[in-house]
Amino acid sequence: MCRIKERLIHGLFFLNGFFVVIILLGIFSLLVFTSIPAFKEINIIEFLFSAVWNPDAYVKHSYGILAMIVSTFMVTVGALVIAFPLGIATAAYLSDVAGQRTREIAKPVVEILAGIPSVVIGFLGIVMVGPLIAKIFHLHNGLNAVNGSVLLAVMALPTIISISEDALNSVPVSYEEASLALGATPWQTIVRVKIPAAVSGIIAACMLGMGRAIGETMTVLMATGCAPAMPESFLGPVRTMTSTIAIELGEVPYNTTHYYALFGVGLVLFIITFLVNMTADIVLHKHEKIVK
Amino acid sequence: MKKILILLTIALMFAYTHSVSADDMLQIKGSDTLINLVQRLAERYMEKNGGKYIAVTGGGSGTGIAALINGKCDIANASRLIKSKEIEQANSVNVDPKRVVVAVDGLSVIVSKDNPIDKLTMDELGKIFRGEVTNWQEFGGKNMPITLYGRQSNSGTFDFFREVVLKGDYSPKMNRMNGNAQIVEAIKQDASGIGYVGVGYVKNANGVTVMRVASRAGADYASPLSAQDVKSGKYPIARPLNQYINGTPKGAAKDFILFELSEEGQRIVEEEGFFVLPNEYVEFNRNSMGL
Repeated sequence: MCRIKERLIHGLFFLNGFFVVIILLGIFSLLVFTSIPAFKEINIIEFLFSAVWNPDAYVKHSYGILAMIVSTFMVTVGALVIAFPLGIATAAYLSDVAGQRTREIAKPVVEILAGIPSVVIGFLGIVMVGPLIAKIFHLHNGLNAVNGSVLLAVMALPTIISISEDALNSVPVSYEEASLALGATPWQTIVRVKIPAAVSGIIAACMLGMGRAIGETMTVLMATGCAPAMPESFLGPVRTMTSTIAIELGEVPYNTTHYYALFGVGLVLFIITFLVNMTADIVLHKHEKIVK
Repeated sequence: MKKILILLTIALMFAYTHSVSADDMLQIKGSDTLINLVQRLAERYMEKNGGKYIAVTGGGSGTGIAALINGKCDIANASRLIKSKEIEQANSVNVDPKRVVVAVDGLSVIVSKDNPIDKLTMDELGKIFRGEVTNWQEFGGKNMPITLYGRQSNSGTFDFFREVVLKGDYSPKMNRMNGNAQIVEAIKQDASGIGYVGVGYVKNANGVTVMRVASRAGADYASPLSAQDVKSGKYPIARPLNQYINGTPKGAAKDFILFELSEEGQRIVEEEGFFVLPNEYVEFNRNSMGL
């Protein structure tokens, strides 16, 4: 009797776990099959390497997503450049420098940061960060890639901080003790012993933060101007893949080339985030092995 | 006991949604230009008619019309006319869109208060937004680049402006903003900016100049803030603001539309900065309402 019950529960949990895999496969195949019809009319080379996206054109329709891919990478890389040093410094502080009391307050605060709705961050981008950037760089307006990067950095920080901190904490205490016993200062211990030992975990943290930044929609939609032209610099407007989908999917007539092409954009985005997250996962597991 | 309570709560929730989704609930969706106005109208209407419930959401004219076709709303707000493609689509799923005009808008072109230029011709506007002219100097202004602010492609205003003013494609460098209010905010902060919004959004806006526009070089300049210029057609980018319904309106939808067109409704239209309907549209509405 007890065995049967045990088995049933085992089966139930297996199904639950399997369900997630099915959802993932379902989403992937939906994206693939819905985007295939687009390529009956659009040359795939043109789709990937043309910079002109104008499906709703007055004169000539064109479906090129290069400008969006470049935009997406610009804001993402920009976000990482800002969030990487800040995130690691915060993680090192929390794991090694901060006292018990400070840590108890600071950790939940970092976690709360992750819970701020993206639309609120986008709003801050319009009314605060944008004007500030315009002032610093002497621009007429602050709707540009830098603005998006700053906001995405804020959104990626919690992920980077908490995972890097875990990585630093999982470095065996013996390393630290050995370093200190050899006469290294605490600063030298953190920078030359602990961070190098935890480096794969830290890299994984940044990759996960990057995955978060690539997929973020509302914030960049609000703060980057969304001009579809090929971005000229970090101080000009950009339009990411996510904002294009968000703007256009609401009104596109079903089962048209435009509709299928948007799913094509979604597919490209999915593949990029999938690769980033998978790399992060592989690196993270490597780290776990080293630590063990 | 606990389980029963939970079940009861769930049952109650269902019962509640059921009672609201009945005939007294109206879903209105679409144009961002119309959203504030229709929201005000709906609030006043609900105050007067207890028990009726109207939900007004935005998303753009294209989104509203798509929702009407997919049966996801009862009334679609649209700041442009329905396209023949959309009518075809609607007919294929047995939806018959009927149009009612609820207000008139003088689509306003705005620049920052810091920009000395206050009038342009239609031709010049077209050149600016197509991206053919990129410096204010060309029009005798300061030597600074022109920053374009427009709407996203799901906006009826985006379509209308392109159809009437540009007759071509927008410059790919135009910033695509989320709504009228965002454009006004952006222009306030950007001395080099130019944008277009519904007149209801500029009546009380400080920090922006509303352009006077001439239909062609040599013609008189007219302002969208003047009811007379808009009514007489002297202001060249005036337009009707519409609502689309599936078939001749009846029940709750008809009741609400009649309120919008009533004297009280039209007073709210004026309070919100738009213009009341001229006789031709009153006549037009009578026909489509089946009165």
